[in-house]
Amino acid sequence: MATDVPRAPGRLVFPSYQRPAGVHPPLASPAYRSSVLRAPQRPPVPLAQGLTEVTGPLLGAERVTAADADLTTRHHGQPLGERIILTGRVVDSGGRPVPDTLIEIWQANASGRYAHGVDDHDAPLDPNFDGAGRCMTDSAGWYRFVTIKPGAYPWKNHLNAWRPAHVHFSLFGRAFTQRLITQMYFPGDQLFAQDPIFNSVPDPMARERMIARFDLAVTQPEWALGYRWDIVLRGREGSVFEPEEDR
Amino acid sequence: MSLPPSLPLALTPSQTVGPFLAIGLPWPDGPFVVPEGTPGAITISGLVRDGAGKPVPDALVETWQAAPDGSFAHPDDPRGPADPAGFRGFGRCPTDTSGRYRIVTLRPGAVPAPGGGAEAPHLDVSVFARGLLDRVVTRIYFPDEEAANGTDPVLAAVLADDRRATLIAVAEPGPGAFRFDIRLQGGRETVFFDV
Repeated sequence: MATDVPRAPGRLVFPSYQRPAGVHPPLASPAYRSSVLRAPQRPPVPLAQGLTEVTGPLLGAERVTAADADLTTRHHGQPLGERIILTGRVVDSGGRPVPDTLIEIWQANASGRYAHGVDDHDAPLDPNFDGAGRCMTDSAGWYRFVTIKPGAYPWKNHLNAWRPAHVHFSLFGRAFTQRLITQMYFPGDQLFAQDPIFNSVPDPMARERMIARFDLAVTQPEWALGYRWDIVLRGREGSVFEPEEDR
Repeated sequence: MSLPPSLPLALTPSQTVGPFLAIGLPWPDGPFVVPEGTPGAITISGLVRDGAGKPVPDALVETWQAAPDGSFAHPDDPRGPADPAGFRGFGRCPTDTSGRYRIVTLRPGAVPAPGGGAEAPHLDVSVFARGLLDRVVTRIYFPDEEAANGTDPVLAAVLADDRRATLIAVAEPGPGAFRFDIRLQGGRETVFFDV
């Protein structure tokens, strides 16, 4: 993407990024027990964004193959579960697409079990599913994964605690300020109300933005259900662009 | 037909990486911003600890920094196209079972500060972990850059001396070896920044 930062003689001009207000969960969210000893207690020190913050790693293409976006074809057989397509667009809050950026995902299998030694949930591993995927957004910010719908699973946060089905998403964007790791949820999940991680996001409208929507247009006949989930990263200050026509 | 969404678009909220980030995030070459043994390479290693002082064995530490000449391999560096000759600038290391991480990189150069002047050589750091609903961000400065650190506007904004000290790595025995521990919470809590 061409830079549109003006050059001014004698001093450096570079973009700054909007600061999120009231969107992200407070680090101290005691209902999520793991936060109690890990969340910093002191307020963060405001930092004027400099070159280190408005730049960031532009990497990924060299470490991603087309096969990495399909989590169902990496082993001898097909994984068990409901095959799904996850697709959407990465844009910034100014409506500007975020192209050529690395997305990494990881998730539990259809039984709600992670392929990880620390997961002791009494549910079967699937030898045909490791649960990791990656892809690059295209020139208009689109991504697309093929995977299976992860299962819900119990955890020990509180009595009878269950995580709603989710897929972990990691994004770099274009700048250090845009780095985001989050979780994508599925519509209509009955487990939202009791989940302290989902509910750590204070604004109900913001919680809705973590939920994909079922999309018949993405669904492929006789093959896979389709879900659409768009991701919005922090935009540049003072640079609001009109969004392009929805594809 | 739906109306186009009004701008600015509302952001996607952050969620914790959870305990299983090792499935999706570590790269074999992640800790090596430059290959081990590169002339001039330094190592930065340390321990991530929680509020009880216990090691955090399921964290991910990421670093981002300028090249030794202070340039960034990025089009938004307004000084023009830099050529840090393949310098990636980005490191990523999960903590091990004892809470330790280790990054091999080159020393960054000083960087122009937004308000004029210069920022002392530093690395930006993101820490992700189970229990952190959003990343926390800190900076690593170098102990042998006293003059540059003394005029660094970011360090100057951290008013208490004892807190500022949490941002400065400690020289370890051996060439180019530095230690930078991260205390997420408690008495000697690392300074974290709102970027």
